[in-house]
Amino acid sequence: MKAADLAAQFNLTVVAGKDGLGRTVTGGHCGDLLSEVMANAPVGSIWLTIQVHQNIVAVAVLKEMTAIILTGGNVPDEEARAKADEEKIPIMLSDQRTYDLAGMLYSAGVG
Amino acid sequence: MSSLKKSFNIRSRDFIHAGEASITVQQLLKQMRIDPALIRRIAICGYEGEMNVVMHGGDGLYRVEINSDRIVLEISDQGPGIPDIAKAMEKGFSTASDEHREMGFGAGMGLPNMDKNADEMFIESVPGSRTRVRMLFLCKGTK
Ligand SMILES: Nc1ncnc2c1ncn2[C@@H]1O[C@H](COP(=O)(O)OP(=O)(O)OP(=O)(O)O)[C@@H](O)[C@H]1O
Ligand SMILES: [Mg+2]
Repeated sequence: MKAADLAAQFNLTVVAGKDGLGRTVTGGHCGDLLSEVMANAPVGSIWLTIQVHQNIVAVAVLKEMTAIILTGGNVPDEEARAKADEEKIPIMLSDQRTYDLAGMLYSAGVG
Repeated sequence: MSSLKKSFNIRSRDFIHAGEASITVQQLLKQMRIDPALIRRIAICGYEGEMNVVMHGGDGLYRVEINSDRIVLEISDQGPGIPDIAKAMEKGFSTASDEHREMGFGAGMGLPNMDKNADEMFIESVPGSRTRVRMLFLCKGTK
């Protein structure tokens, strides 16, 4: 599934990195500890996290993830948005908790 | 192939630019058509090394040397050094501040991740003075 289709299907608001919406989601990861995400996130992931600072974009780029979803109503810092635009990593927002959204994505066969 | 060397400055406490050296090198290695699995391992090591300098170290340097048979990554900084390297290498050990933990750092997994992903890793540190982490990656199937 393309990142853009995922955003539409699950009512996610895309707030940055729109140029990356054409890339495909092939997996998923949930995590807020950056070294754990560095160790374990699969390539092509949609990454669910509550971290909002610009360093999440570097993690997503280096792990070759497809997009980031900030859960629980969190919003990215200004620097994170700018970095996401520059690196073409979509950042999407959800009011749902990580557990609930991950369950929905998983049930829908994402990843 | 002669060896290609690149180096980048890392500034202590500079979270805004943290990771940029690793991203630049990731792009370069992709252009050079290095094995994607190897690029991923180097990305993990570079990122963790950069973050350790930004969070725990003084100003530092990210250096990479790319040869046909091996890639050497060296991340060094000007202190305060690591008093007990064996302890620092333990999974879960961290001296990160509460502020850094809230940002998702401080799992104590950086050095173990680096050790796992490099073919060889050497840490040298002079407490009160400097730290240098050297990582070696073998390019398999090349000659
Ligand atoms: N360049 C350095 N200079 C000084 N101390 C360091 C340096 N690198 C690591 N350390 C020390 O080693 C500890 C363990 O490092 P490690 O990267 O494994 O975990 P962390 O950085 O604390 O957390 P994480 O990497 O999971 O975010 C650090 O908390 C710090 O005390
Ligand atoms: Mg670390």
